[in-house]
Amino acid sequence: MNQHIVSAYDSEIKELQKKIAEMGGIAEKMLSDALEAIETRDVNLAQQIILTDARLDGLQREVDEQSILTIARRQPMAIDLRDIFVVSQIAGDIERVGDLVKNIGKRIIAMEGQFPPKSLLSGLRSMSLLALGQFKAVLDAYTQKDVDAAVAVWNNDGAIDELYNSLFRELLTYMMEDPRNITFCTHLLFSAKNIERIGDHATNIAERIYYVVTGGTLTVARPKGDDGPVMATLETDT
Amino acid sequence: MNQISIDISRATHAGASDALHSADIKVFGRDVDVHYGTKQALFKVSVDIPANAVTAFIGPSGCGKSTFLRCINRMNDTIPTARVTGVVNIDGVNINDKSVDPVQLRARVGMVFQKPNPFPKSIYENIIYGPKIHGLARAKADFDAIVESSLRKAGLWEEVKDRLHDAGTGLSGGQQQRLCIARAIAVSPEVILMDEPCSALDPIATARIEELIDELRQNYTIIIVTHSMQQAARVSQKTAFFHLGTLVEEGPTTTIFTNPRDKRTQDYITGRFG
Repeated sequence: MNQHIVSAYDSEIKELQKKIAEMGGIAEKMLSDALEAIETRDVNLAQQIILTDARLDGLQREVDEQSILTIARRQPMAIDLRDIFVVSQIAGDIERVGDLVKNIGKRIIAMEGQFPPKSLLSGLRSMSLLALGQFKAVLDAYTQKDVDAAVAVWNNDGAIDELYNSLFRELLTYMMEDPRNITFCTHLLFSAKNIERIGDHATNIAERIYYVVTGGTLTVARPKGDDGPVMATLETDT
Repeated sequence: MNQISIDISRATHAGASDALHSADIKVFGRDVDVHYGTKQALFKVSVDIPANAVTAFIGPSGCGKSTFLRCINRMNDTIPTARVTGVVNIDGVNINDKSVDPVQLRARVGMVFQKPNPFPKSIYENIIYGPKIHGLARAKADFDAIVESSLRKAGLWEEVKDRLHDAGTGLSGGQQQRLCIARAIAVSPEVILMDEPCSALDPIATARIEELIDELRQNYTIIIVTHSMQQAARVSQKTAFFHLGTLVEEGPTTTIFTNPRDKRTQDYITGRFG
């Protein structure tokens, strides 16, 4: 996209996009740290994740303030208008991702002294890797304004949902086998739910990219893994 | 994992206003060329202007938007070197036809200019000037009625009713512009052309004119040339973008300002024009 006549306008938009990139980087790191913390039973790392979330909150506020100022100063039109409207929405998505990861951090701390055997973590691990991949891919798509990449992310979310549903059944089995498993299985289940929600935010961002670039909306019902257990779908809002 | 593909073509795009498509076409332009001497100012401009709506012409200086506006009431006739070809119809009648009297035409197609230009006469005289030369009224009571109703429609009556015989040039800029609108309305036109009507006004006076334009469109077809994109977005239902003497893109205002098709339109309205 060629430049605005007023170069300060370009700097303002660039500044906003830089902040999104920074937020995305922080949230990605939080998510991969959470994965590591759960596998290495590292309560300190979990504590670190919780503290990091405050930075995302602060950056989101900055993005909103700067967007409002740019709207007031420049009265953006067409693609600029869509861009600035969406920047603030994406900041909101990333901030929510931060909250969800923070929540996983809290559960890791709560599990201290009664961590599940490592063999039980493989499902959660695959889900986290998938969600992390989706999240990274959608942030790259945003930086590149790449609609095809965004639509690919949007299409792939079904895989996370599927994994979530199978993990749900797996954890349910362990709980039925031995009531002593219930506590950590519940923590794992909520963590899995949070990761599933992170996938939803990635698809939200994909929809927003589509809107910025084309001016249209992705309205076709998004693919879901399957109907899933009733309890799993009850909480699923997109 | 089953990959489900989606059909992007089914994705919806910012809704075009259906109302505009079904509306009556008041002014119909086809392949309008304008030459000033050897210089061609307009190239094959074709546009439909819907009745009882505000249509905005936007574009950089020298793009031809005012030239096209002047074709609609044959103002270019007053320029000896100007040559207009193509079709401009109002209600299906070609206004360039020999049988059309340009003076009568300009009673049907009123015009408001960039700079308020009241006659150096009283407010009252400014309003009745048009009705008088067009023989629309004779009795004083009729003129009084025209003055009051025109000033009311222009939103100026309450401010000037006690000083109708003061000079029109003594009013403030915004009041003068509303007086000019009242003067245009006085001959009961069907179409009102406005060539940057707010460019010499402060923001409050501008807001009052915009409010007035919105009220007037119930009864008139309005075409406004403006350099303020925000003004075009606020007051119009249809927008046409001109560039280098051609009409680049026209469509519902909501679409033009949120999701224009042509790159040149996008570059212009987002402030990227080189």
